[in-house]
Amino acid sequence: MEKMLLLGDEALAQGAIDAGLSGMYGYPGTPSTEIMEYVQRSKTAADRNIHRKWSANEKTAAESALGMSYAGKRSMCSMKHVGLNVASDCFMNSAITGANGGIIVAVADDPSMHSSQNEQDSRNYGKFALMPTLEPSNQQECYDMAFHAFGMSEKYQIPVLMRLTTRLSHSRSGVLPKQPLEQNELKLPEDKRQFVLLPAIARKRYRILLANQEKFEQESESSPFNSYHEGSDKTTGIIACGIAYNYLMENYIGTQCPYPVLKISQYPLPRNHIEKITSECDTVLVLEEGSPMVEEMLKGYLGSCLKVRGRLDGSLPRDGELNPNLVLQAVTGKDVDVLSVPQVVATRPPKFCNGCGHIDAYNALIEVMKEYGDGHVLSDIGCYTLAALPPFQAINSCVDMGASITMAKGAADAGLFPSIAVIGDSTFTHSGMTGLLDAVIENTNMVVMILDNSTTGMTGGQDSHAVDRLVSICEGLGVDKDHITRVVPLKKNHDEMVKLIRQEINYKGLSVIIPTRECMQTLKRKTKANK
Amino acid sequence: MKKDIILSGVGGQGILSIATVIGYAAIDSGLFMKQAEVHGMSQRGGDVQSHLRISDREVCSDLIPFGGADMILSIEPMESLRYLPYLSSDGWVITNSTPFNNISNYPEIEDVMKEIARIKNHILIDADDIAKNIGSPMSMNMVMIGAASDYLGLDFGRLEKGIKFIFGRKGDEVVNKNLEALKTGREFTGNFLKK
Ligand SMILES: Cc1ncc(C[n+]2csc(CCOP(=O)(O)OP(=O)(O)O)c2C)c(N)n1
Repeated sequence: MEKMLLLGDEALAQGAIDAGLSGMYGYPGTPSTEIMEYVQRSKTAADRNIHRKWSANEKTAAESALGMSYAGKRSMCSMKHVGLNVASDCFMNSAITGANGGIIVAVADDPSMHSSQNEQDSRNYGKFALMPTLEPSNQQECYDMAFHAFGMSEKYQIPVLMRLTTRLSHSRSGVLPKQPLEQNELKLPEDKRQFVLLPAIARKRYRILLANQEKFEQESESSPFNSYHEGSDKTTGIIACGIAYNYLMENYIGTQCPYPVLKISQYPLPRNHIEKITSECDTVLVLEEGSPMVEEMLKGYLGSCLKVRGRLDGSLPRDGELNPNLVLQAVTGKDVDVLSVPQVVATRPPKFCNGCGHIDAYNALIEVMKEYGDGHVLSDIGCYTLAALPPFQAINSCVDMGASITMAKGAADAGLFPSIAVIGDSTFTHSGMTGLLDAVIENTNMVVMILDNSTTGMTGGQDSHAVDRLVSICEGLGVDKDHITRVVPLKKNHDEMVKLIRQEINYKGLSVIIPTRECMQTLKRKTKANK
Repeated sequence: MKKDIILSGVGGQGILSIATVIGYAAIDSGLFMKQAEVHGMSQRGGDVQSHLRISDREVCSDLIPFGGADMILSIEPMESLRYLPYLSSDGWVITNSTPFNNISNYPEIEDVMKEIARIKNHILIDADDIAKNIGSPMSMNMVMIGAASDYLGLDFGRLEKGIKFIFGRKGDEVVNKNLEALKTGREFTGNFLKK
């Protein structure tokens, strides 16, 4: 077979397809988005009739994937690291229900926060849930691990967490595919009460999970993705997790690393290898992308007699992603001389696209808010968050998806007037609707602006569940019809928008304003495709 | 053989089409390759970069080490300077000279040019102008590949093949314009270095 040139995300997607995937679920989020997008583009996925539609959010995605597993088929859900917070209720409990058909929870972390609110390390969730976790170091492993993960998932009836990081998700390389497998037939679990987590059943299932830990450890010990490389210089042993292994090897091209190296791509940690490296080396250096998880485990709370180096003792920075130079310095103490960035170079932050409707909506809001001063606008995550930057500086929060409406409610409850929430259409259907219901129940005195560009813009324009549904959703949730207003955010409608926002601020109750105009990027793409 | 190339520009300018053509040519030549791209937030008009690594043996890191790049190929002049810490001491900076000015504090262009001129190995090319002159403003990126072509360690014919492959479904006219852009870029470099 011929090599395919694939991003890490795409290699995982192709691997899952070839390993008999029947259902792909997910919610977009950098750097995980391309997993689903690849399955959606794939001809094989279409031929095999694989389910491949976006879900409303990560929780609904994970639950649907679990449902497909319940029905005996292989499923995968994808999300960015903070998406796993949203899906975590399902995720934690699915370790206890276990799986029927194989299930992969694919999570892409974003160390250094290239496009994220934080850099949490999903391996901690794997450990928390007592779930086997895979951390590929290259694109070929992304592909191969899909087979491995589905196999293990069905063998032990357990979902498997697959953790990628930005650099692997978004880096392309040659991948050699395997002979594809057939999809599973529909087959319900033998124990029809397996998925019923009533306390009595949950306790039993939890003990099964605990008893399986030893087996998961044995799997890690014999895993083809964990490997021990002997070294003659035993002053230091190096544990390199996931992509950090490449950064280490980058420094030994054409030569041999003199130190023993333990490559880790499967958790729980392989006890045999860990025992070997800690007993034969005086010091152990841990290279891991994200949090110092392995380092902390080796150190323990009191710190054992073993000397452990890593992110906690300053050998490596405590935060941010690794790179070959940081690793070189940690291993050898060597630094390289490099040119510096000339002073003339100005920062170039991201900004609204020319003609974006968000600009017009914000211009109107900014004009109204001049009377009240800065501090009244609780916002959310999406392209519209760019209004935090100059020249707009129009919003005061961006925390987690949906938090605009609920934070504005809390602030209004505290007496803030006016209290304004600004949220995007996809964020609204992701997590804004439930918060709006809270506000409906109390008829909270606040204005919610749903900036509707009819797409999930920030992540590249995926279909939005909100298209053509926003008014009916708000009505259905119980917002007073007279206080749900659509406007078209255009320069020529500026005065109309200003008047409307003023009027709804002065209404003592809950109002929803929906500025609606298509995203310039999706519009451009459509016009191009129609040519 | 090893070529480590930083591609740089501004989100929306399309540096990835450069990566695609060079990547195709590299794979077609039987070489190993890794190419790390930037997706997400900064694609909205922010600074974007891609690490393109080509080698006759397996590539380890997806990122080019600081001080290790053989070339910075930039489609925007100020952006070519942002990545200088990646450049090796004998590496080349090949950059488009037309600024992409979407920020209020863009520096004086003379100051940018002065900094570029200080780099030992540099090629400054008005790729926008050249692309316009051959009647195909969209081919600016291919002009840039042409300008860099003698330093990529790849057969020129393979680059041409890459263009044919990638633009093939858009028809012969588009393919030919892009081939012309490639050739013109290459000729420019030849003349630039004679000066
Ligand atoms: C829990 C979670 N999931 C996904 C993301 C990634 N994400 C950030 S913004 C965004 C899209 C928002 O779309 P929309 O609300 O329609 O606003 P737009 O960008 O179109 O203005 C997504 C998916 C995230 N930050 N957090």
